[in-house]
Amino acid sequence: MSIQSKHTLDPNNWVGAHSDYLFNYTITRVDNEEVAKDIVQETFFSGLKAQNNFRGQASERTWLISILKRKIIDHYRKINSTKGKAEVRVNFYQDGDRKGTWLEERVPKMWDNEAERDIENEELKSALDTCIDNLPEKYRMVFVMKNVQHYETEEICNELGITASNLWVIIHRARHQLRKCLEDNWFAK
Amino acid sequence: MSNIFFINCDEATTICNKNQYKEASLWEKLKLGIHLFICKNCGRYSKQNATLTKVCDKHLHKCETEHKLSEEEKEELQKKVIEKIK
Repeated sequence: MSIQSKHTLDPNNWVGAHSDYLFNYTITRVDNEEVAKDIVQETFFSGLKAQNNFRGQASERTWLISILKRKIIDHYRKINSTKGKAEVRVNFYQDGDRKGTWLEERVPKMWDNEAERDIENEELKSALDTCIDNLPEKYRMVFVMKNVQHYETEEICNELGITASNLWVIIHRARHQLRKCLEDNWFAK
Repeated sequence: MSNIFFINCDEATTICNKNQYKEASLWEKLKLGIHLFICKNCGRYSKQNATLTKVCDKHLHKCETEHKLSEEEKEELQKKVIEKIK
């Protein structure tokens, strides 16, 4: 007889006991309510299917989180392989003598001198929000994890199953697009 | 030889972006510094990029209240889970 009490699963009670926690966990990573809802639902469904694999060593919630984490990686891989690629905007010559130098039409323009003073402006905040919303989903996801949630680089890499150099390429492209978007809609308008 | 110290604009702006999070290495910062000294466009990019960081720091904040599902959403989810259990 074991003296250590084992954890058990109670699927009837999953939604009541864990859905808010899982939803909150997911939304700080995918930054989209509908997507987060779907991921939580899929997590419960996978949990039901995998009940026999539950050994009772971890708590029910810890076990569900481990399933959820895989779902988040799956989601990231999906958006990485489908949408993201076509939307990449090139800023530099891709080959030839001038490889890696600015394309003429992408060279940063002069910004208004008032730029520094304008930072507090609330309308600038809404311009920034719009620009972030316009990022391709995978860029937005990584950018928000880094700049809003302030996850460590290593943590983001682990959670999304990417390397640090992948991450910096994504941040690089996201920031290029944000800079250009704010230039067009705010600073050089 | 030249490649050790001289990088192109694509590489320079990548380091510049990394540096906004204080995660560029000393060696990367040195190469960036050399590039910014000779490249006007990247100099401008670098300045604007710092402004972008300030704008983000000023306006982007973690939501402190927890995100929750509504009662209706939970009911719907509960129904679906129960259905799967059967």
